[in-house]
Amino acid sequence: MSSILFLIPFLAAIAIIFGSPARLTARVAGIATLVIGLYAAYTWQCECWTSSVSVLLTPSLDLAFGFLNGTSAIMVALSVIVLAAAVFSGKAPEGREKLYYASSLLIAAGAIGAFISTNLFFFYAFHELALIPTFLMIGLLGRGSRKEIAWKITVYLGVGSLILLAGLVWLARECGTYNIIEMLKQSQEIDHTTQKSIAALLIIGFGTLVSLFPFHSWAAPAYASAPAPTAMLHAGVLKKFGLYGLLQLAVPLVPVGMNAWLTPLLVLLLGNILWVGFVTINQKRIDGMLGHSSVMHMGYIFLAIAALIASKHAGVDNPYAIPAASVLMFAHGISIAMLFGLADRIERSTGTLDLADLGGLAKPAPRLAFLFGIAGMASLGLPGLANFSGEVMVFLSGFFGRSAGGPLGPVQIATILSLWGVVMSAVYVLRAFRKTFQGPTVNSTVNATDIPIMEQIPALLLAAALLVVGMYPNILVNLLH
Amino acid sequence: MPAYYLEALTVTLGILLLVAEAFVPSKSKTWIGLAGIVGLLLVLALTFRAIGPDNAAEGKSWAKYALWDLYKFDAAARFYKIMALVTAIFVLILAVDYRSVLAKFSADKGSEEGTGEYYSLIIIATAAMTWMASAKNLAFLFVSLELLTVTFYILVAFMKRNVGSLEAGVKYLILGALSTGFLVYGIAWIYGATGSLDLAQITLAAGYEGTPGTPLLFGVALVIIALGFKVGAAPMHFWIPDVYQGAPTPTTAFLSIGSKAAGFMALISFLAPFSHTPYAGKIFSALVILACITLIIGNFGAIPQNNFKRLLAYSSIANAGFILLAIAANRTGEDGLSSAKIVGFYLASYLIMTMAAFFILNIIRVQSGSDNIDALDGLAKRNPILAVATTVIMASLAGVPLTVGFLGKFFVFQAAMASQMWIPVIIAAIAAAAGFYYYFKVLRAIWWNAPNQKEPVPFDSTSIFSFALTILTVAILVFGVWQQPLMNLLKGL
Repeated sequence: MSSILFLIPFLAAIAIIFGSPARLTARVAGIATLVIGLYAAYTWQCECWTSSVSVLLTPSLDLAFGFLNGTSAIMVALSVIVLAAAVFSGKAPEGREKLYYASSLLIAAGAIGAFISTNLFFFYAFHELALIPTFLMIGLLGRGSRKEIAWKITVYLGVGSLILLAGLVWLARECGTYNIIEMLKQSQEIDHTTQKSIAALLIIGFGTLVSLFPFHSWAAPAYASAPAPTAMLHAGVLKKFGLYGLLQLAVPLVPVGMNAWLTPLLVLLLGNILWVGFVTINQKRIDGMLGHSSVMHMGYIFLAIAALIASKHAGVDNPYAIPAASVLMFAHGISIAMLFGLADRIERSTGTLDLADLGGLAKPAPRLAFLFGIAGMASLGLPGLANFSGEVMVFLSGFFGRSAGGPLGPVQIATILSLWGVVMSAVYVLRAFRKTFQGPTVNSTVNATDIPIMEQIPALLLAAALLVVGMYPNILVNLLH
Repeated sequence: MPAYYLEALTVTLGILLLVAEAFVPSKSKTWIGLAGIVGLLLVLALTFRAIGPDNAAEGKSWAKYALWDLYKFDAAARFYKIMALVTAIFVLILAVDYRSVLAKFSADKGSEEGTGEYYSLIIIATAAMTWMASAKNLAFLFVSLELLTVTFYILVAFMKRNVGSLEAGVKYLILGALSTGFLVYGIAWIYGATGSLDLAQITLAAGYEGTPGTPLLFGVALVIIALGFKVGAAPMHFWIPDVYQGAPTPTTAFLSIGSKAAGFMALISFLAPFSHTPYAGKIFSALVILACITLIIGNFGAIPQNNFKRLLAYSSIANAGFILLAIAANRTGEDGLSSAKIVGFYLASYLIMTMAAFFILNIIRVQSGSDNIDALDGLAKRNPILAVATTVIMASLAGVPLTVGFLGKFFVFQAAMASQMWIPVIIAAIAAAAGFYYYFKVLRAIWWNAPNQKEPVPFDSTSIFSFALTILTVAILVFGVWQQPLMNLLKGL
């Protein structure tokens, strides 16, 4: 039954290509997917959501949908919320509505398809399906030197996907099946040397897709250039595919291999948090800042995964790691989508995203300032908003199992260092907020308009998600049990 | 119905149309093409009813004909007959659409005189391909391959008032003759070493200790070279770009799909007897090297191309590399996927997507008069539906998941990995990545570039033509997700 979650946006996109009114179709499909998706995520344990159709007998391939565990449900909830927000955000350029809305729907369809696939083959395939409209949107409707940027992300993500494919095919060979549920049930452990090679391929492959340092340089320019819905859907939802894959496949299936690469992984994730953090502070434009900050925040989720790997290796059950990663993926997805959506509004109100040309926007546009404030505060980890609960659990998971007074392990050292990332987030978010919204009004903001009602809908939807999860994170954590 | 009726019917159809063309006074010759399509559809339907001697009812005299010593009808023969017929049907549709260009270069202004033979030649070539699919004797193989090649000499040079077509014809004639020489010479050496032309006898002979190994291997190498010409394996590929570019587009499509499939079919049935002999190691490692060179030359040669037809020519070399790799992997099918099955699947997927690409090429050639990729500039604005179809086709050729092209490549990689051919796998991966670059170049022209003419052609198409193109595009997507129907055709390979 869960195939319906994929089919609604997918069929809507096809209907748009063949002439159905673009904006209306997309919005109706977005709302329908939101309602069904949230209900499905809430009742994910029900058998009714699993389905499987055999498409090939030898080698056995099934088009199988269902929820692997609570993390899949959380990712589906994230996808449908961001999709609903994305179809209400931004403004399609004259004459390109078809492409604009069909692409957004296809990206979401691909992402949802990947999160509910229980067959490795289609898990990979759906993600690829989502990448093509992303490239098209950036190449056609992007800002700045869009062709170079689209080409760059095509090359980066294309190569990353190929490496990932090699790792996944190898993994499937070792397990003897493409069915993820059967793979996870297998008791037989994969040979340790093989595990190490597979883990390397998966870390580089998935890592490139999630912009793991140093494979991250495609991300910030791509998000800065992409039209608002594309940036929202890619940074918010599609990018989480890599983390999701590491969490659901790499850690349970090749734990020994992952542990062998733990130290390099910690170094790289610190590269994400600290190196990219400094780069973010130095950004002069809002879109550049948001793009880099989304790369930076991936580091925390990697940290939760690293903590999970280390605990698994030590033979203890880390109760924080999976909730931490899942909740933070959700929170980051919502907050970055909201920020990209509002940044697009700022640009359309004032004509610029350059921090030097902005100032005092709160006076003509108080609502916009308030909403941007909420999203910004969420992104820097203010208690009461979703990101805080995720980040706290990340840090807790990093220290879990350490006996008081004992020596610090590599994960703990990385956790202590990455705490500084919170400070950096505060620096760049607050500074961007002050330069944009506070102080005297300047040329660009004197006649700026506030955010219209229709565009408040997506922002309020996302803000509500941030607040609800921030106040009551158990609403997500309970899904994991 | 005995299987050899199929060839008889196809040849009869070709000859009847030829005679009708000569004697029926009609200005338009389109009806010959349409009649050919209908006739071949009938033959295609009969393919599913045809049986070999093993399934014949008791006491049927035809089951005891000596023909069956030369002619086989098994799962592979049936599959390749279907491939040849389907290809020919689509090529006829292309030819009907292409007739204006064909007439321009082969007849006087305003007349379609001289396009009628084109359709019947295509049907005769089809008969040759279906014969080839049933060959189990080298002499029989040679004769059917020659019938095919000689027909193609005419088909390539058909536009007799076009220098490019004539040049391609001469090139194809010389190199075709050369490869025929290799083939006959190779067969002679094999006959000398084993004393037989029958593939089953050769298998037996190759197992005897008394069989002289070096002459046999020399003969096999010559035959591989000769068939390498037909399938476009490097370094025997150099005729392909020029001939493909010069020949009429339907001929190019037929060459690159039908002729290639027939060549691979011949290669597989020729090599199969050797896969369990002491010579297997040497023969298949030679094929691995051939596959690697073909992959590199095909994929990297395609990168600088600006002409769509040449791009497809290099793409056909590149795909030959992948298919050769599957053959070289020499999987016998204990995991359910034999090399023959993978090659069959790959060729079927190649038929669907390359044929679709030639349909697109045909539209641009006929309506804008140019084969260059920049003739597609801004197609997204001119004809969005056609742009979406082209996107699907190119994505499938590049091997994007959820299209039929991905599956073919996927099986090849799987087979090569199962045979632990790591270096070829890495080369193939790099080649596939290069493929993304040059196929997406077409997409870039469609979506990113503005139309470059003052009054861009909107690219309308006739109903039968768009119907065929729709079928192909939908097939790419459907078989990309649901592969079992294609696999069912391959049962028993």
